[in-house]
Amino acid sequence: MSKRLLSGLLAVGALAQVPDPSVGKKIFESQCALCHGQTGTGGRGPSLNRPKLGRAPDDEALWKVISNGIEPEMPGAWQLNPREVYSVAAYVRSLGTMPPEKLPGDSLRGERVFASKGCGGCHVVAGKGDGYGPELTDIGTRRNGVHLRQAILKPATLLPEGFLYVAATTQNGATVRGIRVNEDSFNIQIKDARGQFHSFAKSELKELRRLRDETPMPSFEGSLSAADLDDLVAYLASLKGKS
Amino acid sequence: MRRLAWLLAVTACAQVPYERIVKAENEPANWTTYSGNYSGHRFSPLSEITPANVAGLHVKWAHQFESGRTETSPIVVDGVMYITAPNMASALDARTGRELWKWSRPIPKDYQSIGFGRVNRGPAILDGQLFVATLDCYLVALDIKSGAERWSARVEDYKPGYSMTLAPLAIKGKVLIGVSGGEAGIRGFVDAYDAASGKRSWRFWTVPAPGEPGHETWPAGDSWKTGGGSTWVTGSYDPDLNLVYWGIGNPGPDWNADSRAGDNLYTCSLVALDGDTGALKWHFQFTPHDTHDWDSTHVPVLFEGEVRGVKRKLVAIANRNAFFYVLDRSNGEFIAGRAYSKQTWAKGLDDRGRPMVLPNTEPSAEGTIAYPNLNGATVWFSPSYSPKTGLFYVSVREIGSIYYKREADYKPGTFFAGGGEAGIPNSEKSGAIRALEVATGKMRWEFPLHTASWSGVLSTGGGLVFSGSDEGNFFALDATTGKPLWDFQTGGAVASNPISFAVDGKQCVAIAADRVLYVFGL
Repeated sequence: MSKRLLSGLLAVGALAQVPDPSVGKKIFESQCALCHGQTGTGGRGPSLNRPKLGRAPDDEALWKVISNGIEPEMPGAWQLNPREVYSVAAYVRSLGTMPPEKLPGDSLRGERVFASKGCGGCHVVAGKGDGYGPELTDIGTRRNGVHLRQAILKPATLLPEGFLYVAATTQNGATVRGIRVNEDSFNIQIKDARGQFHSFAKSELKELRRLRDETPMPSFEGSLSAADLDDLVAYLASLKGKS
Repeated sequence: MRRLAWLLAVTACAQVPYERIVKAENEPANWTTYSGNYSGHRFSPLSEITPANVAGLHVKWAHQFESGRTETSPIVVDGVMYITAPNMASALDARTGRELWKWSRPIPKDYQSIGFGRVNRGPAILDGQLFVATLDCYLVALDIKSGAERWSARVEDYKPGYSMTLAPLAIKGKVLIGVSGGEAGIRGFVDAYDAASGKRSWRFWTVPAPGEPGHETWPAGDSWKTGGGSTWVTGSYDPDLNLVYWGIGNPGPDWNADSRAGDNLYTCSLVALDGDTGALKWHFQFTPHDTHDWDSTHVPVLFEGEVRGVKRKLVAIANRNAFFYVLDRSNGEFIAGRAYSKQTWAKGLDDRGRPMVLPNTEPSAEGTIAYPNLNGATVWFSPSYSPKTGLFYVSVREIGSIYYKREADYKPGTFFAGGGEAGIPNSEKSGAIRALEVATGKMRWEFPLHTASWSGVLSTGGGLVFSGSDEGNFFALDATTGKPLWDFQTGGAVASNPISFAVDGKQCVAIAADRVLYVFGL
């Protein structure tokens, strides 16, 4: 789509066109899902079931991405009329929203629970804490209360996608346990609990165990009161990203 | 200075007549056609680099492209390397990587790639000209000494969705190309152009019109006009039989076949075409009535073998549909076939090589799980065949998919696919380099990859197999055992085909990784 046409589209469309997410859904499934997955879970292209899209921070940016594409990988959908572009955008935004959830706890008290239980020893929130475990700065935009509660009580049952705890044993018998930071066909990089990086050629390891259902995060089942748990969940759910 | 003088001397008189390409094995220092030879082997007879010394391989030079995901497979002739990017070509000093000339052509603002990335997979060379296929569907001939544009031929209108990403194939006096656009409702073709004038010599339509043989495999109506059958991967050529072998893409719309009952010839087929006329000599359809986007666009690998004690001219294909096939390349007779990767859509192949399709494997409104996914068990990147080991090396992708069927309304220049796919949650995805016995497809060894790769494979006379990974590794395996011997982190995903050549008598191996082309040597 030419820039001239797009700016015309935006000017006219913003006033006159009402997006219809159901129209957008239909177009998305037939024209976008090839790369982004039928429900925006990603594939050849990135996942879109997120509240914040890096290349489309606001609606206007999203319209432009849909219309013009992103060179060289994503084709522009210049064949869509303005209403269709807005409809696809509305549907894409709907993929990243979760129904508002009422949580019983108090997030301010939950922040104190987070600190007293030492969570910041492994999780970064808004630039504070250590980064051994996943960063939680915007966890409230990605996970609901049910999920957060289970992750606290039974962390091994809800490991994040791509998360892997490994144990690498060298030829001299020393074992390094930690989170896989990166891996390719020949090498693996591991971060241990002290935050130290280790790099190994796989061919030089005596053993590389993938601890698929394990996590260094302890279960807090039994060590948190019901009220503390509610508060901690409320706090995590309130983390919506950097302000 | 002496080297420069030598370089200038050879470039001044370098001509690449057809006979040099036919006898490519006589000059292993050069890489004169997309696959290294007309037989589609991507095999270099060079043997300086071996399993014993490959650990000493290091970067000799690198060349940075202006944009990423470079899929080019270079041509190297007499100390000059020719490379391409979308609507761009250049000549480099093969010793240092320094540019000798550059040519480009603007990509029209309204051009769109429907269903694929903006890439180019390499040039072709013949006599004194380099041939480049452009995204906006022009075939361009450049003077190899200056990069001057000698002629350009408009192959088709890009606006309805035709495009070109492939390396052309130059045969005797002709340049052959194929088109992309299988997700845009094109009607595909293979074209040949006169190398001297740029005038079209012949066109083979991959979807027969009413009255032509094969049209009976399409229903009455107009579905054949938007029936797909793209031709986006470079074919192979048998100079003795004067037959061109070209793989044909998926039928359109991809995942909704309601409008195209029948086998949909010649989609998902291999066709053998007369090099002079483009007349169809034979065809073999791998996936009749495809509903999974399993283009049969692969480099056909030509080899000689014995079948029940009789020497035959054969062709091997590792198909996107997860089956490996051996055919008689003089007549298309099915010789052997077997699955070489995980597949869940067919019980197997019958005596004539036709798949015995399992029920409930077609895309559906609610989604149907099938292996392989739409990118197939392997796809456009090249396999390799080593006459020394008798093994066919292929980069395999073992990923399944949930296939969805949706409505498909044809509008020129728009996505016309009738559905899509989604990943299977929590499913294992893997990749590997596999070595198959060329006559049977039986697996001899495999080297597992961390994830499925988009890199082609090169085998060499030194007994090595080179390939790349999505994590940026470029690596060498022992061609006989698959043992990993060397690897290098390129810093970008490898989605291209390796080649080998020699400069100053020293063997080099080249691979493009994202936006950098690396040349390695001892």
